[in-house]
Amino acid sequence: MTLPVFFFYIFSGIAIASAVMVISSRNPVHSVLFLILAFINAAGIFMLAGAEFLAMILIIVYVGAVMVLFLFVVMMLDVDFADFKRGALQYMPVGVIVGVILLIELLMVAGSTFVSPELAAGSAMPINNAVSNTQALGEVLYTRYVFLFQGAGLILLVAMIGAIVLTLHHRKGVKRQDIGEQVARNPKTAIKVVKVKSGEGL
Amino acid sequence: MIDWILMALDYLVGIPFLGWGASIGFVWKALLMLVVLLVITAYVLLADRKIWAAVHIRRGPNVVGAFGLLQSFADLLKFVFKEPIIPAGADKVLFLLAPLITVLLALTAWVVIPVDAGWALSDLNVGILFVLAISSLSVYGIIIGGWASNSKYPFLGALRSAAQMVSYEVSIGFVIVTVLLIVGSLNLSDIVVAQQEMGLAHALGVPWMNFLNWFWLPLFPMFIIFFISALAETNRPPFDLPEAESELVAGFMVEYGSTPYMMYMLGEYVAIMLMCAMTTILFLGGWAAPLEIAPFTWLPGVVWFTIKASMVFFMFSMVKVFVPRYRYDQLMRLGWKVFLPISIAMIFVVALVLQITGWGWNGGVA
Repeated sequence: MTLPVFFFYIFSGIAIASAVMVISSRNPVHSVLFLILAFINAAGIFMLAGAEFLAMILIIVYVGAVMVLFLFVVMMLDVDFADFKRGALQYMPVGVIVGVILLIELLMVAGSTFVSPELAAGSAMPINNAVSNTQALGEVLYTRYVFLFQGAGLILLVAMIGAIVLTLHHRKGVKRQDIGEQVARNPKTAIKVVKVKSGEGL
Repeated sequence: MIDWILMALDYLVGIPFLGWGASIGFVWKALLMLVVLLVITAYVLLADRKIWAAVHIRRGPNVVGAFGLLQSFADLLKFVFKEPIIPAGADKVLFLLAPLITVLLALTAWVVIPVDAGWALSDLNVGILFVLAISSLSVYGIIIGGWASNSKYPFLGALRSAAQMVSYEVSIGFVIVTVLLIVGSLNLSDIVVAQQEMGLAHALGVPWMNFLNWFWLPLFPMFIIFFISALAETNRPPFDLPEAESELVAGFMVEYGSTPYMMYMLGEYVAIMLMCAMTTILFLGGWAAPLEIAPFTWLPGVVWFTIKASMVFFMFSMVKVFVPRYRYDQLMRLGWKVFLPISIAMIFVVALVLQITGWGWNGGVA
């Protein structure tokens, strides 16, 4: 067994085991942590496949940013687990249907190599070893798919603005710090000298 | 010299053993790197305390060994021999795992740092993304530790830290993008080489004035933003809100003691050294001598690298002494409303300049 194969089995074994733990562990925080472990192992498999850019982006974006916020929210939830378990049984049929559809689709993707080899061969780009895969991705993404790429960016922007609009409340009577104004203060604008007559007060 | 030692080690233990010869040689290099790193960390910690003391006109640690040189090792022994206390309500596994994650991640990132030409343990094509990925993971050590302690102050510290590190990662990412636009490669060695082969000194016709070539000059605003973001990313004062002792006692580290606490400190300082090394590589020309003339080129590259990284650390240390701690909303404002717009604008400016003038190493990305 060569070293890459050995590592492939380690990564995929841990990925599958942690994916099982995501749905079977009782504590939601543990679930999120196992999901992170699954992501990191997926990145390891990408790395073995020679897609180092995708591996790093997977870690930076999903593990480093998205999952942090996920963990952030899950930690603050105060979930009653017993109640949660009882309710979960109702959603069982829906879950099973979604799972089965996903499984069939995955099998179809994997099976296309055997059912129609000529179709599967046509969809894959030949690997060009002359350029690094960061450069290769960039050349395809910013030329052939530039409009789709920009469109995806716009959708995300709209989603972000939507989320902000939904949660933004301008409360009245809140004192906010205006750094510019604060820095521009000088003794003339900040201090008022008052001559107070003795015995009278202000 | 060290190259020779490494080669000897390769010959010594790198004999084809089950076909893994190369990897066994690699293990020794990694071990050497680890030991050197840990010893340097001990003295960086001491230097930090000494500088802090000097500004306060105190003496700092001066009892253990001459000038307190063995202080860090005495601290190490003391930490190790204390009893670790795990709170009754804590999640025991995660509580002990969290400091381990912090240390391991901080040490892992050093695998791609080139301390001299060809002296990286692994000269990854996507080296800079690797460092970014690892440093974005390091927030987990803090969040998990804060949550697993099952206590209020650590939890608040963990939440603060999560928001803070995610915020400043964005501007660090954009700063790195401006450097990458000029270099056109994600490899850390390429970034250093690019800073010697092009730049202001070449444009002025004095190529031996190497320090004018480095990116700190053309990307000066980015250099400053990177430095400040690095402070925030490593939870250094004035951005040490996750462990602000005046508000949160000790933040995420409240419940920790003995060896786990020491591992947190170790992880923190190794991460700080990593940020110093990154500043050196991205903006200060890595292992290159500042002037390409006789007395300066006699020193090997690794010495120059160490000198530069130490100078950056000196700045880290001085900022800790001088600047009072930020308030939390000010920290968020600085990250999102000041650094983010400036760094995004600089990306466009740099890209435009590169496109018009055709500068950039081997044409940059353009």
